[in-house]
Amino acid sequence: MSRTMTGARMVVEALRDQGVDTVFGYPGGAVLPIYDELFQQNDITHVLVRHEQGAVHMAEGYARSTGKPGVVLVTSGPGATNAVTGLTDALMDSIPIIVLSGQVPTFLIGTDGFQEADTVGITRPCTKHNWLVKDTAKLSETIHKAFHVATSGRPGPVLVDIPKDVQFAEDEYRGLKQIEPARYQPVRKGDVTAITQLAELIEKAERPILYTGGGVINSGPGASQLLRELADATNIPVTSTLMGLGAYPASGRNWIGMLGMHGLYEANLAMHDCDLMINIGARFDDRITGRVADFSPGSIKAHIDIDPSSINKVIHVDLAITGDVGHVLEDLLKIWKSRGRKTNSAAIGKWWEKIEGWKSKNCLAYKNSDTIIKPQYALQRLQALTAGHDRYITTEVGQHQMWAAQFLHFDDPNRWMTSGGLGTMGYGLPASVGVQMAHRDSLVINVAGEASWLMNMQEMGTAVQFRLPVKQFILNNERLGMVRQWQQLLHGERYSQSWSDSLPDFVKLAEAFGCKGAQVQDPKDLDDAIRQMIEYDGPFILDVLVEKHENCFPMIPSGKPHNEMLLGDASTEGAIQGAGAALV
Amino acid sequence: MNALNIQKGASSHSAYDLRDPNAQVEERHTLAVLVENEPGVLARVIGLFSGRGYNIDSLTVAEVDHTGHQSRITMVTSGTPAVIEQIKAQLGRIVPVHEVHDLTVEGASVERELGLFKVCGQGDKRVEALRIAEIFRANVVDSTLESFVFELVGTPSKLDAFAELMRPLGLKELARTGVAALARGI
Ligand SMILES: Cc1ncc(C[n+]2csc(CCOP(=O)(O)OP(=O)(O)O)c2C)c(N)n1
Ligand SMILES: [Mg+2]
Repeated sequence: MSRTMTGARMVVEALRDQGVDTVFGYPGGAVLPIYDELFQQNDITHVLVRHEQGAVHMAEGYARSTGKPGVVLVTSGPGATNAVTGLTDALMDSIPIIVLSGQVPTFLIGTDGFQEADTVGITRPCTKHNWLVKDTAKLSETIHKAFHVATSGRPGPVLVDIPKDVQFAEDEYRGLKQIEPARYQPVRKGDVTAITQLAELIEKAERPILYTGGGVINSGPGASQLLRELADATNIPVTSTLMGLGAYPASGRNWIGMLGMHGLYEANLAMHDCDLMINIGARFDDRITGRVADFSPGSIKAHIDIDPSSINKVIHVDLAITGDVGHVLEDLLKIWKSRGRKTNSAAIGKWWEKIEGWKSKNCLAYKNSDTIIKPQYALQRLQALTAGHDRYITTEVGQHQMWAAQFLHFDDPNRWMTSGGLGTMGYGLPASVGVQMAHRDSLVINVAGEASWLMNMQEMGTAVQFRLPVKQFILNNERLGMVRQWQQLLHGERYSQSWSDSLPDFVKLAEAFGCKGAQVQDPKDLDDAIRQMIEYDGPFILDVLVEKHENCFPMIPSGKPHNEMLLGDASTEGAIQGAGAALV
Repeated sequence: MNALNIQKGASSHSAYDLRDPNAQVEERHTLAVLVENEPGVLARVIGLFSGRGYNIDSLTVAEVDHTGHQSRITMVTSGTPAVIEQIKAQLGRIVPVHEVHDLTVEGASVERELGLFKVCGQGDKRVEALRIAEIFRANVVDSTLESFVFELVGTPSKLDAFAELMRPLGLKELARTGVAALARGI
């Protein structure tokens, strides 16, 4: 059978071969031939976004909630530049995304043609890899390569730039079986000697901790399962970064909560005081380490990561294991079980006692109110009323994001989508749309701040058009709350430009978009409002008016060590004098 | 907020004045990077160095395997041992990079650079320039009554020394290729 076809058809053919069911995109002159092909088929659903940044975040939401790569189609010039924030976001959080961009015809490249931009140049530093395809003969192979690179090793975003004449020209299509095996093959198995050494360290450890990250989730559900087995077999406490929530269940026996700048007291102190730190798929981000020189000073550190450049980048480790989390944990458990190894359970028992002591500090305590909705209370109620549901959560960026991480509980991986590395306001709404596209019948909630939400609110149109019942849970403090908090604590209470003025009426806005909205202000009405939101059959915006000046605690100020954490006003008032809330 | 014991506007609590606490002595390393000769690969390597704030002291590149489309980039960089390790790991992450060798630590290696030196002058200075060129085993590749172009191959420090001596004798221009290097032995 002849497989000669146009470049545009090859694109659709290659996507089909890769098992793609959904593409998020926006048309324009330089991708018209591909849109023409999409028009003439039924296997792939195209989601018409309202802004290309939204398309990439949707693809991220899709990817993170399914484990499959997300696919985006944009036109040249402004279409491609609008995708840059999403690409950078996906690069920082290691999310597999394939962006296909149109480009001016090859003979116009370099002439400042209409809607020409040096897309591969602009996106080189914000993709894992990118390609400009100048020859239709190479197009299908390049797209297959792009999927391979995006999903192998440490996942990440890639971009394929396709000039319009390449889309029109005809050549031979090469399917998955006809292409050469890719040269790019990151190592997956870890070094067995090193893994054995890790088992030996675990045997001896008196105060061990598992510090887990997004790498566990990226490694697939099997890795999360193995992590649970490891925790069970060793009784080691488990903490996680923002990116890794759900890999170990929040209801699990060994869970001690999220760590980091707004992490739990017990998790951060356990990190500081441990004698063996086992980093599994995390990267010692500055939001985790605080002041590097004082980071967990007394511990032996082991690091499992698929990316060799993550190892010793920020923190020097004693034992490095390069490999895929799932493979390494499998080997570790085999080694652990085969020789009947045992932990020092007496010491670990004492370690748990210490941790329980820290837990009793109740670091998430806040002063509730019966006249005004506290954001923490709103999230506690959201947790209580949605816990039994088949639920996915996305967030925007700010205080609400940190409170969501603290107060919502995740028992499974791939249920929590948040912009961690880049901290992109405007991520959550489109991400929720992407998640809902992949899970039509699940409850998908975007926990938002009013300021972030406005950044990509145009995507409500997409949600309505595709009948995606995403729930927008806006914690409206009429402030750029996180900025306000920093200004209060670090910039002498000079609140420079950190309030949300002239906000829209979110209920009317919902109506204008053709969906439903409600506002809630009284704590007594909150439960009903949340129920109404959940039960409504369609997209819903709930505008929750919350306390405007609440601060997010605990907080480790930048550049401070873990044991100099600030606890909340409620728990520190009166209890701490002189030295203040900077607990040692 | 007094309970938090943070002075109003105290910038010492800010992340802006964080310093690298692990700064150590810088070392000079010569790296050989074998790459797929595809468009943009050099931009990727250079972008990595500028984007992450690494130093490039010297860089040369050419295709060394025309059938296999493989190019060899030789680069000289400097940094603390931790930074050098990071540089190698980051280079290794670039998809079209096939191999990264640190010639400085992988055993003995030879390093050579080629330089062209234009020296203008008359009389004694001209004679002296020629005499020194002989000592350095430089070749004369162009000559007029008032100028020479010398070609010199050697280690970078030999080229430095030659340029230093030629400067008072009328060195007008010089062009250097940057270092090419190979490990010794098999
Ligand atoms: C695109 C972008 N611009 C600026 C910032 C800096 N920033 C971080 S949090 C924040 C305020 C967010 O306000 P809001 O969405 O209302 O959330 P809140 O903190 O009030 O919960 C800002 C401006 C950012 N993270 N992303
Ligand atoms: Mg806000």
